[in-house]
Amino acid sequence: MKNLIQNINKAFDHRIRLGIMSVLMVNESADFTMLKELLGVTDGNLASHIKALETENYIIIEKQFIGKKPNTSYRATVDGKKAFKDHIDALEKLIQNS
Amino acid sequence: MEAKDYLKDIQDIKQMMSQSSRFISLSGLSGILAGIYSLIGAWFAYKTIYFDTSTMGSYKSLIISYEAVVKLFIIAASVIVLSIITGLVLSLQKAKKANESLWNPTSKRLLINFLIPLLTGGFFILFLIEKEMLSIIAPLMLIFYGMACLNASKYTLGDVRYLGITMIILGLLSTWFLGYGLLFWALGFGVCHIIYGALMYFKYDRN
Repeated sequence: MKNLIQNINKAFDHRIRLGIMSVLMVNESADFTMLKELLGVTDGNLASHIKALETENYIIIEKQFIGKKPNTSYRATVDGKKAFKDHIDALEKLIQNS
Repeated sequence: MEAKDYLKDIQDIKQMMSQSSRFISLSGLSGILAGIYSLIGAWFAYKTIYFDTSTMGSYKSLIISYEAVVKLFIIAASVIVLSIITGLVLSLQKAKKANESLWNPTSKRLLINFLIPLLTGGFFILFLIEKEMLSIIAPLMLIFYGMACLNASKYTLGDVRYLGITMIILGLLSTWFLGYGLLFWALGFGVCHIIYGALMYFKYDRN
């Protein structure tokens, strides 16, 4: 049992961070507005969770200009994808065991 | 207690993955209406083509005049335009209810992937009309539309995939029974749209 809990990733232990990673697993990239709309959170809240995932190196931030408008998009790193997969596997095992 | 939380996590993940990659506001009702427009269109087309003693299946003796082609073109265009408008309006309503915007990355992706096979088929058929190879137009419309649905199904409700496959099969059958193109056309664009539209309506829209 202890072993299983170890695989539960603390970085994903929040609904919004879980949501961000879920979106980035199935989409090549997503911009701030898209994440905000999907998750239904405020700017500040989303930004802080993005920051947390970024410091773990699970996502990278890409800034670019679309015309004159600055656009920030996010994509999951290889590490991030692997960590998230491990996290889901751990969750599934925990459910099966209980 | 804990396990329940984790189960909820998994459900959230699944929901977020499908919501962010698939456009789910596609309206089933618009499918039903598009089917009805197609049947009405097919009826007018039937009147235009088989105005005299020629009957269905006798394509070898069938001569379509230039005016008839223009008339058929107008009928087809009105069916398409009406269907698109209905689809847009009803999907907009559904998206509003779900607090989703109609023009978002998922709907963009859906549209692009739907249009690539569809426009390919559209131009192909226009060239065939120009070359006066009219007999295989109905089967080709069904086949290309089926492929467009098949391609788009990855980005919207999964049922669209089966609509696409049905259309392709009807298209191929129609190529075999060449003189009955209009019948297959009505079956595909009319009846199939109504059946799958109703299926999707009862599955997703009603609550």
